[in-house]
Amino acid sequence: MPPPPSTRPAPRVRIHPLGDTALLAELGTRLDTALNTRAIALAAALKKRRDVRQAVAGYTGVTVHFDPDQTTPDVLGAAIKRLAAKRPPMAEPGRLHRIPVVYEGPDLEEVAARLNLSPARIVELHSMPIYRVFLVGFVPGWAYLGPLPEELELPRRHVPRTQVPAGSVAIAARQTGIYPLPTPGGWHLIGRTSVKLFLPDSDPPSLFRAGDRVKFFAAKS
Amino acid sequence: MTTVLRVIEPGLLTTVQDLGRPHAIAAGVQPGGAMDRFAHRAANLMVGNPEGDATLECTLTGPQMVAAHSCLVAITGADLDPSVNGQAAPMWTGIFLGQGDRLTFGGRRSGGRAYIAIAGGIEADSWLGSASTNLLAARGGMHGRNLKAGDQISTSRQATRPAVSGHHLIESLRPQYFDHTLFAIAGPHVKRLDSQGRGLLFGATFKVSREADRMGYRLDGPRLATSGEELLSFGLTAGAVQVPHGGQPILLMADHQTAGGYPVVATVVSASMPVAGQLIPGDELHFQEVTLERARQMRLALAAALDTLR
Repeated sequence: MPPPPSTRPAPRVRIHPLGDTALLAELGTRLDTALNTRAIALAAALKKRRDVRQAVAGYTGVTVHFDPDQTTPDVLGAAIKRLAAKRPPMAEPGRLHRIPVVYEGPDLEEVAARLNLSPARIVELHSMPIYRVFLVGFVPGWAYLGPLPEELELPRRHVPRTQVPAGSVAIAARQTGIYPLPTPGGWHLIGRTSVKLFLPDSDPPSLFRAGDRVKFFAAKS
Repeated sequence: MTTVLRVIEPGLLTTVQDLGRPHAIAAGVQPGGAMDRFAHRAANLMVGNPEGDATLECTLTGPQMVAAHSCLVAITGADLDPSVNGQAAPMWTGIFLGQGDRLTFGGRRSGGRAYIAIAGGIEADSWLGSASTNLLAARGGMHGRNLKAGDQISTSRQATRPAVSGHHLIESLRPQYFDHTLFAIAGPHVKRLDSQGRGLLFGATFKVSREADRMGYRLDGPRLATSGEELLSFGLTAGAVQVPHGGQPILLMADHQTAGGYPVVATVVSASMPVAGQLIPGDELHFQEVTLERARQMRLALAAALDTLR
């Protein structure tokens, strides 16, 4: 069966230089699954070009590292605009990961109090959606997942923790994620998982890839 | 292959580095690699190695090593006062070490990072296509860590060319690291600065703060106020100048986080990254805006300097 015709017009692309060997191609600025799908498809198409060293999809755009001996930002920018104007290939549904979470994070009570919800309701809301991996990056194995249900939206903590344990399941704004390594962090910790996100002896070394889907479920400690 | 150097004292932070693992950034792994790639490449070329071979990156203080076997080495980058058996050793030149020779370093005279290349390369752990040491993941290089006393450095293969000492970069092409002008191109979010902020970015003097490492440098100096909604995270690059809340800019370096959502107001051009890689806490610097065409000329000039070594 042919894919249904796209109902959205091709986004206008804005090209910004990032120095003389990279550029940022922005397809939009809103948190939007369709934009992210286009960004991931654009990154995949760009990676096939010989003048492109690496293309990394962000939420709504692509950061392109290019070989300045083989192309110029103008030539590459024009090629990006042509590629972005094409209807993206039907997005693969992405792999689905089911992640057990022990919802006993140090911030669960506080989050519940601030949102005027019971901890049990927080767990229910957090484990209900199938989240999308919008972007893998920041530190090895970190993935930005979303969108988080509106009822759980909270700004980041005022004072970030200097050390967050690996495996912490956290929320902030309309996003959720799992700390893959012990790092500083400003998100609210509502649970933990034993699933390893950073797989240093695999290639790629991240369990999640952009476009994957993630479903959390409550597990006993 | 052959053990050529034994480490007596490792120096403050000595790691194995090559040109990094750029393909791994899509998995969130820092690209890594030598902070000063001009010095790194030059050192390799002087001993007849491919320019992407692993070298030792020595931070602020050099190591003390004894040659276990005769070998051809080159020391480039920061001048950390190298000596062989107590005699001053030339930099930016291929030099022979005989068995038992002692390579030591005195005090720092310029720059922050020296590079030591060995003919035949350095035997190191490869991780995701690179020998660069990633301390966060504890992978690559010398078992994912910095050098320590007792380590043995081996070549990774037989040298493919006859070892010839004296191969050097002519004086006029050697970087001095005293001029800390970093040439930069305005970033994607430069419009989030007001006119005063833009003037400060490309006019004021900044100082590398104590929070400075291979990931990046927090810069002391005027605060840069940005406006606008929070950005959604996007892929970053070394050289990007990020401005987080609070307005203290951060210059991203080789082990930078791969994605972030702070405004990027400028990006240092590739030809200025070797100088940036030599900065240490307390160093003053300023950003000077350049065109892409000027950046290209500067990049070609560095490439031409390296070509004199081929």
